[in-house]
Amino acid sequence: MNAPVPGALTSSLLYLDGVSVTFDGFKAIRGLSLTIEPGEMRAIIGPNGAGKTTMMDIITGKTKPDVGTVMFGGSVDLTKLDEAAIANLGIGRKFQKPTVFDSHTIEDNILLALKSKRTVGRTLFWKTEDPQQKRIDDILGIIRLADRRDRLAGLLSHGQKQWLEIGMLLAQDPKLLLVDEPAAGMTDGETAQTAVLLKEIARDHSVIVVEHDMGFIRELGVKVTVLHEGAVLAEGPLDHVSANERVVEVYLGR
Amino acid sequence: MITRFLLQNMDKRGGVFLAILLGLALLVPLSNLLLPASSPFHVPTSTMSLWGKYLCYALLAVSLDLVWGYCGILSLGHGAFFALGGYAMGLYLMRQIGSRGVYGNPILPDFMVFLNWQELPWYWWGFSSFPFAMLMVLAVPGLLAFVFGWFAFRSRVTGVYLSIITQALTYALLLAFFRNDMGFGGNNGLTDFKDILGFNIQAQATRAALFSMTCVMLAAGFLIARGIVVSKLGKVVIAIRDAEPRTRFLGYRVDRFKLFVFTVSACMAGVAGALYVPQVGIINPSEFAPANSIETVIWVAVGGRGSLVGAALGAVVVNWAKTLFTSGFMAPYWLFALGGLFVVVTLFLPKGILGTAEALWARRGKPDNAPAAEPAPAE
Repeated sequence: MNAPVPGALTSSLLYLDGVSVTFDGFKAIRGLSLTIEPGEMRAIIGPNGAGKTTMMDIITGKTKPDVGTVMFGGSVDLTKLDEAAIANLGIGRKFQKPTVFDSHTIEDNILLALKSKRTVGRTLFWKTEDPQQKRIDDILGIIRLADRRDRLAGLLSHGQKQWLEIGMLLAQDPKLLLVDEPAAGMTDGETAQTAVLLKEIARDHSVIVVEHDMGFIRELGVKVTVLHEGAVLAEGPLDHVSANERVVEVYLGR
Repeated sequence: MITRFLLQNMDKRGGVFLAILLGLALLVPLSNLLLPASSPFHVPTSTMSLWGKYLCYALLAVSLDLVWGYCGILSLGHGAFFALGGYAMGLYLMRQIGSRGVYGNPILPDFMVFLNWQELPWYWWGFSSFPFAMLMVLAVPGLLAFVFGWFAFRSRVTGVYLSIITQALTYALLLAFFRNDMGFGGNNGLTDFKDILGFNIQAQATRAALFSMTCVMLAAGFLIARGIVVSKLGKVVIAIRDAEPRTRFLGYRVDRFKLFVFTVSACMAGVAGALYVPQVGIINPSEFAPANSIETVIWVAVGGRGSLVGAALGAVVVNWAKTLFTSGFMAPYWLFALGGLFVVVTLFLPKGILGTAEALWARRGKPDNAPAAEPAPAE
């Protein structure tokens, strides 16, 4: 499904090269380069201020880089598009703080995320067809909220909101998922379940997970990129990077 | 498709509201026209016109609730769209006067003769035709809202900043319409209307028809607004209200959705203004006063923001109270009462009178110790 587009500059799904961005003189990202292959799941770690969230902002179009290349699917320049256009290309994002629509029901949250034409006209005269309803039901099953579908999302626990948001990402059916600290504030049991959920998703989506929790990353068992002061410090399997002296110094050693 | 759109998921509250409007549209004019003045069920013409005015305000409140209650756009300039709709109707009514004006000019309205104007300005052309005037009732407020919204929403102006520029918009129009050389009657506005569609505007039967029409248009406005808010588009709009960046990251072009509801709402406010003018007999620049727009916000807050029936109810209740207060010894204190009402409602009845009444009603039926089965939606 992720065959390179003809005329593509790279076979990578996501390609960042030499990206820098400065906020009021503060270099949040300095010369960041990163590639994500189709179907890959990647964990990104780094201390506070390493530029993890800014990197996500750049990929999703919230922040424009000062210099650098950000290519999606080999040929689309993400720096020229806005948030909605990037989302419709197939990049989904889960925020650090779970943001679901509190005054909508759980089912409506999924419905809003469900892959479909996002125009004013289509939504005004929308009718949920059977396959779409089935997809919603499936997702509610996967995130274990099927029996609570008519409840308002604002009433969910923190962990359930995280799952609902992951469910919304699934409904969007993006090619690439950006997941910011999915296990933050979860109990150990919820964290383990979240890891299972993410691994399930990674079977047919590319995923970037930003996480602090080392145990969680070990459970995911994927390639790790360590960010420090806006650039890549080390990259490789978790055991490899956690043996790196610089990584220990800036991050793990504390 | 249209019927399905308008009637989908009709709830009890909406049904009752429509039934009441339909009842009013039929019974009030009948009682006014057919029953003798001595009958206890006779509705005097003055009362009917007063309530017609309240219902125009109710339509304005519904239109504001659509953008504020559901999309989170606090417009402090909705009075401008109301007044523009009113002026479009006023222009038609002025052209119907013909040579019956004080100066007897068959083409020019009195104020133009007085200003020594020789010919009708181009922007008055076409207003002798009722269909054209009705088109303008929708098009002028709609176009202004579209252009204004286009720039404001694309530049992502939100919150207080948006409220302030909507306030500036209506104030700018107030100043513009005060000027005599604008050609809309300046300070005095447009008045001394004679006919509407050939019927004497002062006649009892015409007033009854206008009242019925107001009920019907309020019902239509309610149905359209309700159709929008219960559709998937309505869910998107509520999502924008609650978490705008999230909605954008889901791939919705937030500015277009805002532009759509804002424009529909402005057209609706224009219709309310057009119904208001023949019933009160005058339109002048004071309708653009920022205070009017702010009062509309209070009606919606009092009735219940985010509930279309609540907004309509709020408009009627507050204006009814206003009539009561301002006609007696309490008159000097009305503005204090209005301000106090807003404070009390905001502090103690955040869901407005309708939301609070419903919550009380729902609690009544249950034993005290039972947990609330369906907790109220979080704002």
